[in-house]
Amino acid sequence: MGSDVLLALSARGFGGLPGVVSQSNDAIGEKIGINSYGSVTLFGYRFYFTSTHIALLIIVIAVTVLALLANRVIRKADPYGKPGMAMTIIETVVGFIDNTTYSNMGEKHGGAFRNYIGTLLLFIFFSNISGVFGLRPPTADYGVTFGLAMITFFIIHYNGFKYQKIKHITGLFDPIPLTPINIIGEISTPISMSLRLFGNVLCGTVIMGLLYNLLPKFLLLFWPGALHVYFDLFSGAIQAYVFTMLTMVFVSKTFEE
Amino acid sequence: MEIFNKAFVQGCSAIGAGIAMIAGLGPGIGQGYAAGQGAAAVGRNPGARGTVMGTMILGQAVAETTGLYSLIVAILLIFVNPWA
Repeated sequence: MGSDVLLALSARGFGGLPGVVSQSNDAIGEKIGINSYGSVTLFGYRFYFTSTHIALLIIVIAVTVLALLANRVIRKADPYGKPGMAMTIIETVVGFIDNTTYSNMGEKHGGAFRNYIGTLLLFIFFSNISGVFGLRPPTADYGVTFGLAMITFFIIHYNGFKYQKIKHITGLFDPIPLTPINIIGEISTPISMSLRLFGNVLCGTVIMGLLYNLLPKFLLLFWPGALHVYFDLFSGAIQAYVFTMLTMVFVSKTFEE
Repeated sequence: MEIFNKAFVQGCSAIGAGIAMIAGLGPGIGQGYAAGQGAAAVGRNPGARGTVMGTMILGQAVAETTGLYSLIVAILLIFVNPWA
């Protein structure tokens, strides 16, 4: 191929030298659905107020209101009568959280963790299914999932130092040649946990975004609901369960003598 | 060099994203194998259905990680590519 063709191509306006072309954060975010609603400059950095923050605020308020309503239902419940529908749902959810926590972390330590595990499960579940209600799921933003995984990381190491004392450090050098692999394994735990949740939710968001933007309006009447059920409800519930399950498994590994 | 213009880099990034998604084969095979073994275990011992389900879903989620890494590489190549 002669260089004339390439020269002609580049002469038509595609010219440009290789190298890092600066791309603003606004442009990257808008491509994957994060809109910016203003920014603040603090300490020389630019902080954006994005749709993730708005969705997070809405979800936190919704979960708080649901918790207050549940508290009200529990207070007004009649211990000798038939439980109503709301009471049955609350008992099912609390019973599920208690069961999984006690069976995965043991009878001795389960009670101390069920509050945190329940909060985590409800927050991730409502975040993942918020795509149904027209929000952009906050867990499709890497900042949110990485923060959740870092909380797990600190809980793992706090309990490691609490229950295994100095063996938590010396365990890293157990077979001396494998020291680098042990250290990489510890560091990769939060990264793989956060990327798993982020990748699953972002995958659903991108596929639904492609569907809604590429097809004409009259082809989008009823059937995208089935895809919402799969990508938002089913996948979201599974991923919330998996994230809390992995947290429980990793934390309960530190209890062993 | 005029070869490395923007359109060329974008096209190559799209091809690279497509090649990266071949990694989706591995988790598919692994998850199918886990689901098959889980079904066999439930068939052998229907009483242990809940435990088998939990273990199977946890194993499948861990097996899914490599596929999700390839998905993230593909999304980074297409949306956040610093060279295109």
